[in-house]
Amino acid sequence: MRKLDHTTIFFVFMGSFLVLFILIPIANLMVSSNLNSIISNLQNSAVIGAIWVSVYSALIATILAVIFGVPLAYILARHDFAFKGFIESIIDVPIVIPHTVSGIALLLVFTSSGILGGPFSNLGITFVNALPGVIICMLFVSSSFVVNSAREGFENVDPRMEKVARTLGSGSMRTFFVISLPLSLRSIVVGSIMCWARAISEFGSIVILAYYPLTAPTLIYQQFENFSLSGATSISVILISLCLAVFVVVRLLIRGWGVYDTD
Amino acid sequence: MIRIEDLSRDWKEFKLTHINLEVEAGEYFVILGPSGSGKTMLLELIAGIWYPDTGKIYINDKEVTLLPPEQRGVGFVYQNYMLFPHKNVFENISFGLSLRKRDKEEIKNEVSGMMDLFGISHLANRMPRTLSGGEQQRTALARALIIYPKLLLMDEPLSALDRITREELIVEMKGINKKFNTTIIHVTHNFDEALALADRIAILRHGEISQVGDSTEIFRHPKDKFVADFVGVENIIAGIASEGGGQLTVVDTGNILIYSAEQKVGKVNITVRPEDITLSMEKVSTSARNVFKGPVKEIIDQGALIKLTIDVGEPLVVFLTRQSFLDMELNIGKNVWAYFKATAVHLF
Repeated sequence: MRKLDHTTIFFVFMGSFLVLFILIPIANLMVSSNLNSIISNLQNSAVIGAIWVSVYSALIATILAVIFGVPLAYILARHDFAFKGFIESIIDVPIVIPHTVSGIALLLVFTSSGILGGPFSNLGITFVNALPGVIICMLFVSSSFVVNSAREGFENVDPRMEKVARTLGSGSMRTFFVISLPLSLRSIVVGSIMCWARAISEFGSIVILAYYPLTAPTLIYQQFENFSLSGATSISVILISLCLAVFVVVRLLIRGWGVYDTD
Repeated sequence: MIRIEDLSRDWKEFKLTHINLEVEAGEYFVILGPSGSGKTMLLELIAGIWYPDTGKIYINDKEVTLLPPEQRGVGFVYQNYMLFPHKNVFENISFGLSLRKRDKEEIKNEVSGMMDLFGISHLANRMPRTLSGGEQQRTALARALIIYPKLLLMDEPLSALDRITREELIVEMKGINKKFNTTIIHVTHNFDEALALADRIAILRHGEISQVGDSTEIFRHPKDKFVADFVGVENIIAGIASEGGGQLTVVDTGNILIYSAEQKVGKVNITVRPEDITLSMEKVSTSARNVFKGPVKEIIDQGALIKLTIDVGEPLVVFLTRQSFLDMELNIGKNVWAYFKATAVHLF
């Protein structure tokens, strides 16, 4: 048997604080909810509708983040250029500013008279209190997860591997798709899950830009404001279960997948 | 075959200045230089991975300076093999062919032939992470050669391998050079590799070529102290080699007979590294095949080490630590015994 020294015991003792601090409220939330209330909420079309809006909008936001974020990540991983640090900071800004601030900032440019909202409203797309508003709020606050994770993935692919592929006759675009992308796919998927989960949990900016259509977090807040703690609790449990289920399923799917390290 | 004219590039900590080189078709050309001398960048410039600041590169008299790598027909092998980790051995080797829209059956035949050549057919379905270093490097060589490149560039291809595998691969690479009639440019910091493989050698230092010539020229007439120090050769003796029996070669230098474990006949040069020679005051019984006695001719104090030249019929340079030098109470004219093994004698 391995002997535990004092340092290890002390560190385990200190380290368990955060684990318990996170685990206890969530576990308590799960057990304190009323099963009947959960079932009745599951039959309530407003609740299902709100959850659907959250899941669906978060998925679109994640797809957009991948489409635009992966090329950016590749550039950041492979090239050095002036203002690179500036661009990296811009990507991370949504993480550090309060989400209500993000909401105000988005509201100012995405109203139908705003500098971005204007041209879109000519195309018939409005953001304020509309689904596209929910999506751009989610994209704004969560895209950095895709960019940073994909970038890390690309940085772990030795550029010399791409160079060898080039000398074997593969053009630069093809090399990206057959070498760099497959080897970073795991990081990109992990980043996408984080992005999707963060998008679902977004509340602060959505409340400001697009209170309606109701997303699950907004609905929970609304229930809580209407003095229905038990309603809010049940919807929270449904939302948490859904997120955890997706998280676990995707994790299982990519387990052992795309790990090519020699040692 | 390949001509490099006045090539320069300054990038980060690496710098190449005014490189002029010409490599003949079918030649095995070794670029020798310490790390940081710009060897890899020079190869990558030839492959088209970077573009030079100034200068021109010609392959078969066609200028390729700004041609992208996929259009140059140049193979590249790196020190760490750079196999595609998500593809098995077969898929790695066939990579270059499958890009060329070849028939499936044809690809299969070509790849099988190439795997046979390198003795890796049994590895076809293995993933790179499960292979030994030697197997990986053979796969990388096969992958590069499957497109029959006009020119094969190798960046320290043997440095990550153990000694035995390295020696096997040296034989195979010399064979590739002959069999495929591929021009090879091989970059290394290891002089023994250069000796074993090179038709000609270029010495690269601080991004400049300081000498080009065949191994004997560089050995015997190092152009400057850097080359002499870098090749680190002290004992070079010319002689005539013949079979010495029992897997040994005996070299007659005109004055003494020296045994070597390497096989060669005819006119040769031998080298013995000073650190492989042991000295003693009395004759001792030893397994070393080469035993000579002679007077100390010269003593040079180099600080930590003392450099001795001993006249055993041919001058032999030996290094001693200061302590052993004092213990042996050596001075000019004193007779000593010198021993070295047949395996320590290199022929070229």
